[in-house]
Amino acid sequence: MKIIYTDVLVIGGGLAGLRTATGVKARGYDVVVLSLVPPKRSHSAAAQGGMQASLANSAMGEGDNEDVHFEDTIKGSDWGADQQVARMFVDTAPKAIRELAAWGVPWTRIQRGNHQAIINTESVTINEQNQAHGLINSRDFGGTKKWRTCYTADGTGHSMLYAMDNKAQEQKIDIQERMEAIALIHDESSNGKQRCYGAVVRNLMTGELSAYIAKATTIATGGYGRIFSVSTNAIICEGIGQAIALETGIATLGNMEAIQFHPTAIVPVGILTTEGCRGDGGVLRDVDGYRFMPDYEPEKKDLASRDVVSRRMQEHIRKGKGVASRYGDHLWLDITLLGREHIEKNLREVNDICKNFLGIDPAEEWIPVRPTQHYSMGGIRTKYTGESATLKGLYACGEAACWDLHGFNRLGGNSVSETVVSGMLVAEYIADYCATIESSIDINSDVIEWFIRAEENKLDCLLNYEQHHQDKSPPPEDAYKLREAMETIMMDKVGIFRNGKDLQQAVDELQILLQRSKNISVRRSKSKAANPALENAYRTQKMIKIALTAAYGALLRTESRGAHSREDFPQRNDKEWLKRTIIQWPDANKTLPEVSYEALNIMKMELPPGFRGYGTDSTVVHLDSEKRQQAIKDIQDEYHTAGNDRFSLQNKLMPYKALLPPKYRGKNERLNERFDDDQG
Amino acid sequence: MTKDNISRSARQLIFNILRFDPHLKGDRPRMERFEIEESSGMTLFIALNDIRRNHDASLKFDFVCRAGICGSCAMVINGKPGLACHTLTASLDTEITLAPLPVFELIGDLSVYTGNWMRGLNERLETWIHEQEEHDFTRIEEPMEPDLADEIYELDRCIECGCCIAGCGTVQMREEFIGAVGLNKIARYQLDPRDKRSDEDYYDLIGDEDGVFGCMTLLGCEDVCPKNLPLQSKIAYLRRKMLKIGLKSPKKICF
Repeated sequence: MKIIYTDVLVIGGGLAGLRTATGVKARGYDVVVLSLVPPKRSHSAAAQGGMQASLANSAMGEGDNEDVHFEDTIKGSDWGADQQVARMFVDTAPKAIRELAAWGVPWTRIQRGNHQAIINTESVTINEQNQAHGLINSRDFGGTKKWRTCYTADGTGHSMLYAMDNKAQEQKIDIQERMEAIALIHDESSNGKQRCYGAVVRNLMTGELSAYIAKATTIATGGYGRIFSVSTNAIICEGIGQAIALETGIATLGNMEAIQFHPTAIVPVGILTTEGCRGDGGVLRDVDGYRFMPDYEPEKKDLASRDVVSRRMQEHIRKGKGVASRYGDHLWLDITLLGREHIEKNLREVNDICKNFLGIDPAEEWIPVRPTQHYSMGGIRTKYTGESATLKGLYACGEAACWDLHGFNRLGGNSVSETVVSGMLVAEYIADYCATIESSIDINSDVIEWFIRAEENKLDCLLNYEQHHQDKSPPPEDAYKLREAMETIMMDKVGIFRNGKDLQQAVDELQILLQRSKNISVRRSKSKAANPALENAYRTQKMIKIALTAAYGALLRTESRGAHSREDFPQRNDKEWLKRTIIQWPDANKTLPEVSYEALNIMKMELPPGFRGYGTDSTVVHLDSEKRQQAIKDIQDEYHTAGNDRFSLQNKLMPYKALLPPKYRGKNERLNERFDDDQG
Repeated sequence: MTKDNISRSARQLIFNILRFDPHLKGDRPRMERFEIEESSGMTLFIALNDIRRNHDASLKFDFVCRAGICGSCAMVINGKPGLACHTLTASLDTEITLAPLPVFELIGDLSVYTGNWMRGLNERLETWIHEQEEHDFTRIEEPMEPDLADEIYELDRCIECGCCIAGCGTVQMREEFIGAVGLNKIARYQLDPRDKRSDEDYYDLIGDEDGVFGCMTLLGCEDVCPKNLPLQSKIAYLRRKMLKIGLKSPKKICF
């Protein structure tokens, strides 16, 4: 039995995992990164449009800063986000992008002088000033007040991930490919608290199981989009990271029902075309070629927040304005107005995707699109440090986590930004933890062995069903069939628009699937080594649990907030639902997890709940909102008369700087907020 | 949707797939034949999953993004290396032959271990920014000429899929040859002012027959690169550049 010891175990080799690893390594700790695939193939690479950071270099970004980015993020989240975490994030994002610039990302840069851009279908001239020449450029994205989304053409995630993996190689980080964590190892530690000690890991090439024991274990495995039959996510985004945390019975998941649908994935395969298409001036059209978004959202039009655009599209299709196809109705994304040159330079991935998968030329023809599952706002519930609130030594960051930056809707461009920022910050907190005596590894080897045996036994049950079951046991099940049934339930009943009846059915049906999944038998492929059928079998068992957490959370949340939209409860209800869903599964024999709620304290918010600016305001208001608004106004008046700057005012409203690791507390320099020379 | 996709009646596709599981004792390489019905817009990603699900659950292949972005699914399609995910079956004849990429370690069937090969290459060529200076990331970033940033990105688009290595004549004879993927990376860093390595440093890495002077200019790489990287012109450029360095100090020329 192989046992590997290290200081920090990172599960997941995408942007979040790699940035965590480089951070702890720089602090002098040993780290092992496990990745299902070569890290450069992680789903981070698929991020096309860009990374939000309030650099304010470009003319259309002028006046941008942390305050504006913060406000956009909170409104985007429909007030579900943790505001202190959002502050930490917007403050660190400029540092993160500048670090990546030094590490080699070829960010698209600003060219001084006049440029033509398409805004609201009109050609507009934008003048870039001399002093901005050569600095990082930014484009427009949905739900943002400024052009804040920095980009490398439309291969932003790719260029970021390559720079990051190269950096990890420079630091000689131990990256192990084709390795899958299938269970977390946990036990009561010497101080009586439950503690995570690492993971049972399966080698996907040889099938060998081994134990990785670490002071800190970090899950950075991305989202769980693949519980839906159509998703923009890579096929490896199956929620296994969240599932192994859930299966401890101790760690909790947050807001699993908060699932984003991206407005423009191509039909039928669900591959993404970036929001940059609309950011750069593209528009949505219906069956008559009519641009419909301004009718619904006169102000933000095609660039309303993602959840809003997706719902409006669905609404429009329901009115009979969709384009019929054998794969169901869709709408059109028109980027022909941007011109061939722009498309071939700044939207070349989109261009390739249209040509390769649809056989169309997007400079001449419209792209068939419809809203498609895209992002998981929910994930492993953590404190602002990335540590699980209930299981010591377990950390999570990036899309896998819910620390909770996005609340019920993530802004485009905030996701790759979050991966890097959370990796930077969480690495520091982990390193601090590793420096304490508390983190020393005090687990008995018989406990480790027990965990490995348990996993071996589960795999053996899947491969040799008959040997493990008596004559009268239930019939063996086919994992592919169960998985397809789960995906269909999620598509049909836990989608963009939800209602109590469908959700109840979804929860009932998923519980039956969960029961049946205990009887999965792997057929026609009995190898213990690389065996896609075996992998599908154990992952399906885990995915059904994750699907249940999302469906059950959605059923219980009787309001509409962000991407969670209930037709039977269309109002956002701050009075009863300004709280986070917390899910735990302490009894593995039960078919439903336990649900509790964590209230958000309005009286501590910098930006109390208000109108988001879409449609009409029908919010059921919380009494504290007005109280807090008044308190904030008083503080603002007092501060403005005293002539204080925005930083001290912010600090008075909601202090957060002390939460940041000391090395990341500095102010961010901008063209209009230059440091004095003596500071540099 | 293209019109002919909708109107065409379904074709029967015949797949001949090279099967071999090196982890299975006594297993031997063999061709296996599968027959499936084509559906509209079908890619090799869809077809292979159909075969795995309905015919042989043990069939091994790699897909991640299934959108032509990540480079996982390179294989030899009718004799030519390419990405399976963005290959439409409609673009192929009804009889389709699939084999794993040569050169790379075989994991099983169509799955090869490009990851460790690329990692080795990146370590050897040190494909990262070499710089000693400490940065203060609260300060405004160093400016870069916009055209230069675009040029670097053009080469940075390589997805390490391995097609150029599979399509390379030189690699067949020189096992240590870094191939177009390696040369393109050096061309990328050589362009990048943030990397402080000199041309002499690059010469030490690629100034021999396992590097830029090994290329026989057959240019299979450029023909098969799914990202259409300008490999031919970059290799020629590097060769001129490195030759100049070599001629400056003739003892360096080792061929």
